[in-house]
Amino acid sequence: MPAFFVNILILMHIVFSQPVLEAKSKPVIMDFATFQQYLEHENDTVYVINFWATWCAPCVKELPDFEKLNQKFGNRNFKMLLVSLDFRKMYETRLIPFIEENKLSAEVILLHDPDANAWIDKVSPEWSGAIPATLIYKNNFRVFHEGGYTFDELNTIVEPLIP
Amino acid sequence: MKRFFSLIIYSLLFGFTLLAQGYKLGDKAMDFRLLNVDGKMVSMADYPDAKGFIVIFTCNHCPYSVAYEDRKIALSKQFEPLGYPVIAINPNDSTLQPKDSYSQMIVRANEKQFPYPYLLDADQSVFKTYGATRTPHVFIINKEEGELIVRYIGAIDNNYEDADEVTEKYVEAAIASLQKGENPDPAFTKAVGCTIKFKK
Repeated sequence: MPAFFVNILILMHIVFSQPVLEAKSKPVIMDFATFQQYLEHENDTVYVINFWATWCAPCVKELPDFEKLNQKFGNRNFKMLLVSLDFRKMYETRLIPFIEENKLSAEVILLHDPDANAWIDKVSPEWSGAIPATLIYKNNFRVFHEGGYTFDELNTIVEPLIP
Repeated sequence: MKRFFSLIIYSLLFGFTLLAQGYKLGDKAMDFRLLNVDGKMVSMADYPDAKGFIVIFTCNHCPYSVAYEDRKIALSKQFEPLGYPVIAINPNDSTLQPKDSYSQMIVRANEKQFPYPYLLDADQSVFKTYGATRTPHVFIINKEEGELIVRYIGAIDNNYEDADEVTEKYVEAAIASLQKGENPDPAFTKAVGCTIKFKK
């Protein structure tokens, strides 16, 4: 019986210690009210939240750099979320094929809430609404950037935040 | 502490550069002289009888802009007769986004029969002066004692994906306010859009 318990513990450890690098199931579709919790965690984890769309050339260009960052820190106190702003009607036809073709390891969600004026400032007052845009935060510390990032820029910001 | 400082430097470098320029509400707007899809140059000065202008930075390639094409056409038909013509300006560098080239603008304007001028911001100076950051991005200009005054900056309405789901028509409401001699409220809104493509 104790051996059974130990096995369960080991299994749980394996499952919960590698949440990021596994292949993801289909992206969840959510409105901003549901999404907002991802902007407010205070759990010592570094969150990298990138707003993008499959049709956005500068977004697609920087995705490999985000993937590289996710590969580097994915098993640490680190969580990457790729927030797609594709249209809802493109979920099956564009977004899911794109994720599969590009073998994205980071979690993708589809933020479907076209009343963007109601929520852009809640992501950051600095954001005009243009994509790509990225929020990096840990507890109360926040860096927001409208425009593209390279791996080196991302790494320079994230690395010091990871203990 | 040192690394914290470097992060602040980063946020300053990346965060504020885009927002530090451009028009604010109440600023005097610069007129422009840009090439239209019909081969002629267009300025706001060409409309001596206009009460103001609905200037929309937009383009061919961006799905958010495309989703608004029919709504832009409707705005033009509704408000040009009332003295507020729509002027569309493509601010993108076509070497970075070939779908936004002048020749492709002509193709799209003909396909959709745009009733408004569709101008090319060829040296990309106009969008920078105005402070447009995305497509679509609206600036409503009101003529006041001979000056061109910026009275609304933002989105066309509150649903970029589906015109049937719109509950707030910001541009329509702004023009209605200006017609009554009042300032629009809201006078500033945000919307998701495609980054304007330019070489840094």
